[in-house]
Amino acid sequence: MAATVKYDEVTAGQEIPAVEYPVHRVNLVMYAGASGDFNPIHWNERFAKSVGLPDVIAHGMFTMAQGGRFVTDWAGDPAAVVDYGVRFSSMVVVPDDDNGAVITVSGVIEEKLEDKRVVVVLTARSGDSRVLSKARAVVQLS
Amino acid sequence: MALNRDFVGRAYTAPAPYEVSRVKIKEFAAAIGDTNPIYSDRDAAAAAGHPDVIAPPTFPIVFSLAGADEALSDPEFGLNFAMVVHGEQRFEYQRPIYAGDQLICTSTITEIRSVGRNEFLTVRSDVSTPEGELVCRTYNTIVERGGAA
Repeated sequence: MAATVKYDEVTAGQEIPAVEYPVHRVNLVMYAGASGDFNPIHWNERFAKSVGLPDVIAHGMFTMAQGGRFVTDWAGDPAAVVDYGVRFSSMVVVPDDDNGAVITVSGVIEEKLEDKRVVVVLTARSGDSRVLSKARAVVQLS
Repeated sequence: MALNRDFVGRAYTAPAPYEVSRVKIKEFAAAIGDTNPIYSDRDAAAAAGHPDVIAPPTFPIVFSLAGADEALSDPEFGLNFAMVVHGEQRFEYQRPIYAGDQLICTSTITEIRSVGRNEFLTVRSDVSTPEGELVCRTYNTIVERGGAA
């Protein structure tokens, strides 16, 4: 149980390359079932538009989970993530077509802490929007 | 309609412990598109040094608001779920969550504030074992659009 990334081999300011995560309607249906969040704004276009949204939008937690994947894949161990927080700054609109949406996540090691921990700041975008802000993970490195 | 401020400070404990299962972790990992075998294969988890399959970092969202549901759906509270979007979320871990964990969740409504036309509601959930070991703490801020209008 340990990260594959070594604390001594990273530097503050180091960038973690972007990864693209596609989102289709079926992913939101699966996420609704797995999470128990059946708010119809995440699967029913008619309902979403009736409450003033442009279309069906992804669960914020689905987007946050993609940021989580980004960090755990980089660190090499899910247990390395000791703190993870985000603000949902914009919606991920998921149209009912073959393309769906794409969430692009990238990261920067903002700070090296004590006890071999680092702060990773994430950027998540979909289309022209920044969908997460203040997205920050504390990661226990080896 | 504004949210009822009388609810600030109230704490709710889920009626029964949440039992973390391998099947649920596997389902959740599949739903977020994460194919890491550490979430679905006990041998892969063991090979990585874990006692059982481990939960992804955002997994506690599955159960962490179960206790607070009672308050959030109380007509006296005044929350219109159709207008709710997620504002902020944070998970602070003392240790990872594993299949087989029994977790007791106590949720406290810590803050309600108006920002423009919207209501912001923050719930803190303390997730512990039945023996009282704190496993993680979650902070969930939801936004009721137009709620303060």
